[in-house]
Amino acid sequence: MGEIFKVAIIGSGPAGMSAASRAARLGMSHVLLEKTDHLSDTIFKYQKGKHVMATPSQLVLRSDQEFDAGRKEEILARWNARTAELGVNVKYNAEVRAIQGTGAPIAGSVQKIVSRARDGSATTTELQRHAPPYAITLASGETVLAENVILAIGTQGNPNRVRAPGGDLPHVTYQLDDPYAVLDEHVVVIGTGDAGIENARGLVEDPAQGNVVTILNRNPKSANVRESFSTAKEPNAKALIEDDAAGRLTIRYETEVKAIEPGWVTLSTRDGEERIRCDRIIARIGSAPPRAFVEGCGIEFASADRLAFPTLSPQFESSAPGIFVIGALAGYPLIKHCMNQGYDVVEFINGNTGLKPADEPLLEAKFAGLAGGRTVDEWLAFLRDNVSILEGMTTLQLREFMLDSEMRAYRAGEVIFEKNDPGSSLFAIASGSVHVRVDPQDPLKVVPIPAGSIFGEVGLISGRKRGATVVAAEDTVCIEISRNAALKLQSQVPTARRAIERISTERQILQMFGSGLTPADIAEVVETSTIMQVRAGEAIITEGDEDRFVYVIRVGSMIVEKQVGGKPVFLSYLPAGSYVGEMAVIDGGPRTATVRAAIKSEVIRIDGKAFRRVLAAKPALLDRARKDMEVRRATNAFIETKKDTFSGVVDLYSEQAKFLVSQGLGEATDVLLIDERLCVGCDNCEKACADTHDGLSRLDREAGKSFAHLHVPTSCRHCEHPHCMADCPPNAIQRGPDGEVRINDTCIGCGNCQRNCPYGVIRMDKVPPRKPSLLSWLLFGAGPGPGEPSRTWSKKHTKYTGDPAVDEALDRKKAIKCDMCSGIEGGPSCVRACPTGAAIRVSPDEFLTVARLEREGA
Amino acid sequence: MASSVKPPATAPSPASPAAPSAAARKTGASRERRSTHEGFLTHRRMFWAKLSGALALGLTALYIFVPLPGTHFGSSWLGYALGTIGALLILWLTMLGVRKRAITPGRWSLKGWTSAHVYLGLCVTVIGTLHSGFHFGWNVHTLAWALMLIVVASGVFGIWVYATLPRALSANRYDAEGAITERQMVEALRSIDRQIHEAAQPLDPQAAALVGQSLEQNPFGGSLWNRMTGRYPDCATHRAMMDLRALRAARQRTKDDLLGRIDALLARKDAMLDRLRQHLKLKAWLQGWLYVHVPVTFALIAALCAHVVSVFFYW
Repeated sequence: MGEIFKVAIIGSGPAGMSAASRAARLGMSHVLLEKTDHLSDTIFKYQKGKHVMATPSQLVLRSDQEFDAGRKEEILARWNARTAELGVNVKYNAEVRAIQGTGAPIAGSVQKIVSRARDGSATTTELQRHAPPYAITLASGETVLAENVILAIGTQGNPNRVRAPGGDLPHVTYQLDDPYAVLDEHVVVIGTGDAGIENARGLVEDPAQGNVVTILNRNPKSANVRESFSTAKEPNAKALIEDDAAGRLTIRYETEVKAIEPGWVTLSTRDGEERIRCDRIIARIGSAPPRAFVEGCGIEFASADRLAFPTLSPQFESSAPGIFVIGALAGYPLIKHCMNQGYDVVEFINGNTGLKPADEPLLEAKFAGLAGGRTVDEWLAFLRDNVSILEGMTTLQLREFMLDSEMRAYRAGEVIFEKNDPGSSLFAIASGSVHVRVDPQDPLKVVPIPAGSIFGEVGLISGRKRGATVVAAEDTVCIEISRNAALKLQSQVPTARRAIERISTERQILQMFGSGLTPADIAEVVETSTIMQVRAGEAIITEGDEDRFVYVIRVGSMIVEKQVGGKPVFLSYLPAGSYVGEMAVIDGGPRTATVRAAIKSEVIRIDGKAFRRVLAAKPALLDRARKDMEVRRATNAFIETKKDTFSGVVDLYSEQAKFLVSQGLGEATDVLLIDERLCVGCDNCEKACADTHDGLSRLDREAGKSFAHLHVPTSCRHCEHPHCMADCPPNAIQRGPDGEVRINDTCIGCGNCQRNCPYGVIRMDKVPPRKPSLLSWLLFGAGPGPGEPSRTWSKKHTKYTGDPAVDEALDRKKAIKCDMCSGIEGGPSCVRACPTGAAIRVSPDEFLTVARLEREGA
Repeated sequence: MASSVKPPATAPSPASPAAPSAAARKTGASRERRSTHEGFLTHRRMFWAKLSGALALGLTALYIFVPLPGTHFGSSWLGYALGTIGALLILWLTMLGVRKRAITPGRWSLKGWTSAHVYLGLCVTVIGTLHSGFHFGWNVHTLAWALMLIVVASGVFGIWVYATLPRALSANRYDAEGAITERQMVEALRSIDRQIHEAAQPLDPQAAALVGQSLEQNPFGGSLWNRMTGRYPDCATHRAMMDLRALRAARQRTKDDLLGRIDALLARKDAMLDRLRQHLKLKAWLQGWLYVHVPVTFALIAALCAHVVSVFFYW
């Protein structure tokens, strides 16, 4: 064993590199361990020429490395040069396998690691932590010793390994740099994701390569490409099938690797084992998130949640003393944050404990203008002491949390939000109190919410519009918590999660019973209720069952079906916020219909007995419930009578409703539909879309699926919980004032949203140059005419300036999607511009009703 | 009795979802959306049909019951009124082409415009004919009237096409996996072509020449007649398939049935070509009538100008 470094930094991305640079600058003994043979692998692998953004722009960069927005190659070149100049001690090809304290065992410091197998069983192992110095074991077997470790490995993880015997042989590889360098070989590619498909196809692109390629697919062969190639993009999968049909390569379905030996591989297929020639195996079977490795180092995570981050001190120290976690792994995906943290942590290790975090000025700005004259630290302490959901947070979490949230001050009587406003943020009252207006007609009917509590949580959970107007009862200071920050809060702080769940359950149940009840009246109902996750398609109520539960839909949506004449008939659609199942509880008897989740949903299950007791105490409520039930019964009866006389129509209606739900209407808030009985294929909707939005159409009329003359084109559904929003680094996707999900100008063009959208409605493109006016086209034929200009026209008419900065901006691709023509008078152009009335925009709760059957069918 | 549902009631929750209401409702802070699902012919309960019907009836009644000089009807007050209304209406009807392309903000609906265009356009025949006072001759005035009738007739044909063909267009695009777009049809043809090309490599010159005919074929080729009827009697792919079958029948069967594989590919291509041609045929009909309707409209406007100028000149 060699020298003991003061600090070992693992991972040479922006965070690790910045840390190592600081250590080099301070003259601290250090080593930077990098898995590959170059710095910053994640950025290194960005596509060629990618523009890297420097957000958040107001954050000051504190690092010995420079960083500014620019092309990936330039940024890397600058970093490489600076790293060399500072004399950073980099150790390349040093993949870390384990980190283990070599000092005495730390009394009482034991970590429990829960690992879950595929079958759902969990095993818990206990890990005794040892004091530093740490021994860092590398893949080569070498060991590096260091007093402090900075873990900056990002979240990319390591490729999943082949587990079959012989998986460690040298010809088993996990990537393919240059397919043309492989000649005359028998190659087996494992995995039919995009990476595997691209590799396999690259190896046989030119017959002169002479490769014999077999690609293994675990799934069975199916006519539906999406079923047999569930992890690949459709065009890729189709191209692969074509190659297979042309005999260029072989796809083997339902096949896995059984054993590997030099020159041969044994496959287990549906028809038994088979041994084939094989000079090289390329395994592209996904990558494991680094959590298991990190936990194995003695670092605790905040929760079992898949999205949870390690528990860290304000100085980024983990639960293992001397191991610091920074960067994306700590929950900070932005480059600037990462670089600042690297600097700060090394300063801290060096004994500089008085250093204020780089986000201090940002937080100062947040609290500026509020009464009280508190400093940032005092404000943070005040919020933690006064707002119940923030109690369990660490200072670091709170700082990060506040960066994503806003402080709001309201005068007494000021409106905070109006009923039916869109909004997915959560409000927490730091001081003062608010009134919820229960009756829109009567501003005096209010329900107070005191300081320390929260409001607006139903919008956060269900993604729907505000249900009531809220006004400040006195001078009030609130924290407005963005949806992302609130979700992060819930995954990081279990106590916050429970607090939000309890409050929202109580309020949702109160809402269900209608006015006239107090929280005390329903205490038992709340106490006995549980929150359940429901998978798409799973039934919460089954027709004919005798259970006695009432369900409130918290997240997602449900469909109600009834068996009529041996077939399930669609009865109705239930958006989040509805309740279901009270008929059996009030009147007894078996369930008369099945209720299943249209999409992944969350329901509150309420015990029927407790529910009955509340109704028994309030006869007026029972009367009202009975009246509502009459309406429901009438619907059921209507369907049944129609079924006898117009069974074809009912079937069609039912099938059509199911088709629409399968096309994402279950999670939509506003979707474009095209009635193919009216659509003449003029594409004026697309042209109108392009002409309202910088010349780029956000809809593809012809694409998409149809059922019984109802076509769902490729166009945004404005989901309640947009998949696109999930992973947007600059947080550029937001719900706008009209409920539309839109992408703002801070888009960095990373393409995450495009990949996350299950409906393929987001495109990455650059804005074409301005067209000549319509009049000059009509009169003189100038320009390409209405609609999206052709690529050749755009290319020809883009006015490049010769200034790389400007030209680069002209060519930059951004994510583009429907914004429901937000802010344009008259509403969506696609609908306005349809000459025949084929294009309609609907929301599912309006559209999926029996009323449509009455109106159109029977 | 059991599972029942109801829209959530307004209640003491700060953020309950909005209860779904009637067809028109506020979808947000500022926008109103009407999801009226009705076609251009029934738009607003056929408001424009009723309006133009009433207009036609009213004007006819005026023509019949108002006493006017029998000879020069056009220069009477009613004649002028009808002429002015008719001319302005024709110009306004022409503006649909601009409205369709000028996507300006505002509460207009192209469906409403189309509806008005259809019914007022039909009404123009009545107005124009009454305006003529039933005096016809070989002159520019009657030419304008005749052109107007051609425009309206082509428009009526357009309505018929719009009302009947869209179902066929969409039905032709369906298959087991859902709808297929025009671009996907072309891509599918290209992909089959590539496969045919590769499979045909080992063929002898005679068979290769047959297959070559299909590969060289332009799927968009053919005459206007072919396009409008969707019939291509001497389709190269079809011919190649048939000839190859004859060739295959004449030859000895081999274990590796290359011709059989190519035959299957050609059959697929033939089916896909049929589908694309059917699609193009329907689109041609949906758009083709406009090639009469629009140019004749411009001829009509020219004749109308000549009519107006000459009338004032000779007055």
